[in-house]
Amino acid sequence: MTLDHRQHALQGIRATLSVVVYPLQYLVNMPFAVGDWASETLREHRTLLEENRTLRTRQLEAQVSLLKLASLERENVRLRSLLQSSSRRWERVLIAELISVDFDPFKRQILLNKGSQDGILEGHPLIDSAGVMGQVIHVSPLSSTAMLITDPSHAIPIQVNRNGLRAIALGTGEPASLDIPHIPNNADIQEGDLLVTSGLGQRFPAGYPVAEITRVERNPAEPFATITATPLAHLDRAQEVLLVWPEKTEVEE
Amino acid sequence: MSTVYHRGGWVIAMSFTVALMLTMLPLPDWAAYLRPEWATMVLIYWCMALPERVGVGIGWVVGLFLDVIHGAVLGQYALSLALIAYFTLNLHQRMRIYPLLQQSLIVLVLVLMQQLLITWIRGFLGQSPDSLAYWLPSLTSMLLWAWVFIVLRDLRRHFRVS
Repeated sequence: MTLDHRQHALQGIRATLSVVVYPLQYLVNMPFAVGDWASETLREHRTLLEENRTLRTRQLEAQVSLLKLASLERENVRLRSLLQSSSRRWERVLIAELISVDFDPFKRQILLNKGSQDGILEGHPLIDSAGVMGQVIHVSPLSSTAMLITDPSHAIPIQVNRNGLRAIALGTGEPASLDIPHIPNNADIQEGDLLVTSGLGQRFPAGYPVAEITRVERNPAEPFATITATPLAHLDRAQEVLLVWPEKTEVEE
Repeated sequence: MSTVYHRGGWVIAMSFTVALMLTMLPLPDWAAYLRPEWATMVLIYWCMALPERVGVGIGWVVGLFLDVIHGAVLGQYALSLALIAYFTLNLHQRMRIYPLLQQSLIVLVLVLMQQLLITWIRGFLGQSPDSLAYWLPSLTSMLLWAWVFIVLRDLRRHFRVS
């Protein structure tokens, strides 16, 4: 146990056992997958048309904002080259599906259907359409386990999008709350602030939305404010997640 | 000395497989804390019924699978299940003659012991659960023991596992 916890010496054994367990997990997932498939194929023609229409309008909107993004990105690269800092490039992404199996209810972990055969490594960041979800902690050839940002042993370096104030968001074990400790009472932080990844720690790429501050409590008797945030990602509803290959950040001197 | 023929090993393997699958089965949020320790219950049954076949070694192997399933540190469930198997082997002659109610009380104590061991290990790792709901599985295991016992006993008699 000590070997596994401290040195990760038993990764090989764990990976082998995971491969043995994977068919079981697959079987457990099967009824749910069949249910999804059935509800998809038995959908009404009309609802499909409607969905198609809304998706098309949304895609158009996204396309327009992408147009703007392209010019913004070019401008950003130009400005960065003026500042002689390393330019950021888009990372490679991979879509993985969740396998519906339960873990310990006191941890927040999920199982993905992609593993080391798809090039997933330990520590891969995980995002969905709304924000950062977590990171991969165990990889086996066919599947991988990821820890969500709300797991009690997870911490993620963040910054306040409005003013760049840096902090760390800790998981609480509850599905919809993060704890942000060690922020002084007089810090400029308020309810509704958007928290994004800061890229420090070199695990999560910088600039992805993480959470929104829901409560700031300043008690003059305590050295630090009590700050709670809600994750933006749909941690308990997501079916598909994106795995991001972290960009190579060059630390400037 | 007569040679003893073992048969029906696949029934034992299947029962553990089903127990592991039940451990992973997604439950609604309110029920997630109530999930009984299926694998522990099946292990206790087989240790009690066939102590010469199922013992500490099998408990350890099943525990390793549980570790992987729970994403826990490799060895914590293995250690606890090996210990449970050891205690059951010591108690099996007494447990066999107890009525079901008394058996389920012993199951409660055994599952509590397993959970205690796991909180200790987690405490060392700094991940100890801070809610009393953590202890609920031992209660649900106790309540479901009679049912598990009867199902497994009928299976054993039907397939003449020995």
